[in-house]
Amino acid sequence: MKDVENKKQEDTKEQITALTVDPSRREQILKDKKRLRTARRIKEWGIFTGYLTPSLVGVLLFFFLPLLMLLKTSFQRSSTNTEFIGFRNYERVLTNDAFILAAKNTFKFAIIAVPLAVLCALLLAILLNTGIPGKSIFRSVLLNPMMVPVASVVLIWQVFFSYNGVVNGWAMQFFDLDKIDWLKSDKAHIVILILFIWKNLGYNMVLFLAALNNIPGEILESAMLDGAGAITRFFKIKMHFLSSTLFFVAIMSLINSFKIFREVYLLTGDHPYDNLYMLQHFMNNAFTNLDYSKLSSGAILMCVVMLVIVGVLFFFESKFDSDVED
Amino acid sequence: MYSDKEIERRKAATLARRYIYTSIADRELSFFEKMSDSEKEEFYAKARGKGSGRARARDVRDRVSMVLGVLIAVLVSIMAIIPIFYTFLNSFMSSREIADNYGVIFQSLSGHASDGATYLAKTPRMQVIPQQVSIEQYKNLLLMSPTYLLKFWNSIFLVVPIVIGQMAVSCLASYSFARYRRKRREVLFFSYIILMLMPFQVTLVPNYMISEKLGILNTPWAIILPGIFSTFAIFLLTKYMRQIPIAYIEAAKLDGATEWQIFTKIALPTCKSAIFALTILLFIDYWNMVEQPIVLLTDINKQPLSVFLSQINEAEIGIAFAASALYMIPPLLIFLWGEEYLVEGISRSGVK
Repeated sequence: MKDVENKKQEDTKEQITALTVDPSRREQILKDKKRLRTARRIKEWGIFTGYLTPSLVGVLLFFFLPLLMLLKTSFQRSSTNTEFIGFRNYERVLTNDAFILAAKNTFKFAIIAVPLAVLCALLLAILLNTGIPGKSIFRSVLLNPMMVPVASVVLIWQVFFSYNGVVNGWAMQFFDLDKIDWLKSDKAHIVILILFIWKNLGYNMVLFLAALNNIPGEILESAMLDGAGAITRFFKIKMHFLSSTLFFVAIMSLINSFKIFREVYLLTGDHPYDNLYMLQHFMNNAFTNLDYSKLSSGAILMCVVMLVIVGVLFFFESKFDSDVED
Repeated sequence: MYSDKEIERRKAATLARRYIYTSIADRELSFFEKMSDSEKEEFYAKARGKGSGRARARDVRDRVSMVLGVLIAVLVSIMAIIPIFYTFLNSFMSSREIADNYGVIFQSLSGHASDGATYLAKTPRMQVIPQQVSIEQYKNLLLMSPTYLLKFWNSIFLVVPIVIGQMAVSCLASYSFARYRRKRREVLFFSYIILMLMPFQVTLVPNYMISEKLGILNTPWAIILPGIFSTFAIFLLTKYMRQIPIAYIEAAKLDGATEWQIFTKIALPTCKSAIFALTILLFIDYWNMVEQPIVLLTDINKQPLSVFLSQINEAEIGIAFAASALYMIPPLLIFLWGEEYLVEGISRSGVK
């Protein structure tokens, strides 16, 4: 009696869980299902890999593969002599005065220029966001410098900042100051810094303006009712909403700060004043000497440094993000 | 209306109520009751806002800060835009006038030591509006030196294929990255981002090596091909495409749309502003390129305008402004055409 009841229970259990009475068919169905799922996944993979293929092929061919070649060359005596010489190329580059100077200048510029550009853009965005009339006109006007080609910018900068330029002329006329050779003295940094900020201000500002507009007004209003002043509201509320944009702007400015070489090169040529000698100058001059092993180890070193910087930035971003979600 | 009796009753009740209030001797007077008549007047004035000193002060402060803000914004805007006007206006000066005004500047640059003495006592005159409008500069530029047009064509031939190619490749790739998100694909995407962040100083050497291997060094393809496969646009476009609500795609799928249809009918139109913005950004970036041509295109005749212009600046100041102005026109036109999209595209790229 009890056995029969147990059996009955088992039967019902089976009916409920397996959808089918026949165990052999059940297995078949499960197998079919699994096969269908893998087929679908493969199809999906195929479709999306198909979309990716052109890019992937190109990137592999033009970037990843050459980077590997580069890594290999950096351990060789020269591009023709494939003898493995360990880290000697790196030693050579790191003890090279020109490389050290170039690296120092490039990173010094980035460290000064990036925060300054971010700060200026943020302040301007806040100013424009306070309800000034004609906001969109200012925005369009400020975006203009981005569209002015480098070579045209350079002409104007030459007119203003060369030794006999307009700025020196004014300084002599109105303030009776001595001439400063802007591009060939310690002031050269300032000239390039002004150029960099002038060029990137609009782009960064538009990013910040968008972020400021995205902050929900209710939160600011309720904070205001609770007696939070403008400064408290900015640091306690707006900064949280701005953090991801801040990160984005910092990264874009960093990329652009490496592009400043264009202006420097067109302004001052192959061999600028010492404190404008950027990494790209070093690379160019190494190209003219066709010193591949030096070039490749220099590039690999830069690559590693960039990886570290980007890693740190991403680390901070993820930290900030988790803050915001709390 | 009321009977006399009723009126009497009401009067009595009112008097009684008044009596009750006045009979509570130690009742605290209200804020309003404590005020004298003149104080009350002042209170009314304050409440009405207009005449009160504090409200006026606040008003003035607001207005002053607004005027200050506008002033700063105007100043910054003028600084932003003046080089453009300056270049265009100066490009209509005659070559003689340019030489008179600015010759002294370029004498200090290399290669002009010989006639240095003539300018020695002078300072440059910054003149915004030409004394006499002439198109001499343009005439000299376009008719006398065919190199300029050649370089202009070089620039266009380099930039247009790169922009179109990179946009096409990037749209496809970012659609794939946005829709197919498995672990290995995310790793690949991350490596794309890192590649994008690499400064040109790093990628230039690999570019050079592969161009040499492929035998395209010193041809425009050495710049065009790596340009097409640059990952900058993919990074931003993927960010956009991930914002497309999944419900749209599901709905399209239920209606029987194929992946290609979803891509062309949903993903691309949704990202229209981003695509336009990126096109503009890429155009200006490659229109400006200097590093690639000077390393990968050693043949001077194949180099684009950006490199050539700086040589003009130094050698022939007489036509430099016209050259700059003409060079500025394509990006400025593109900017005017797509400004709305550019602003919208940039705006949305930084916000999550």
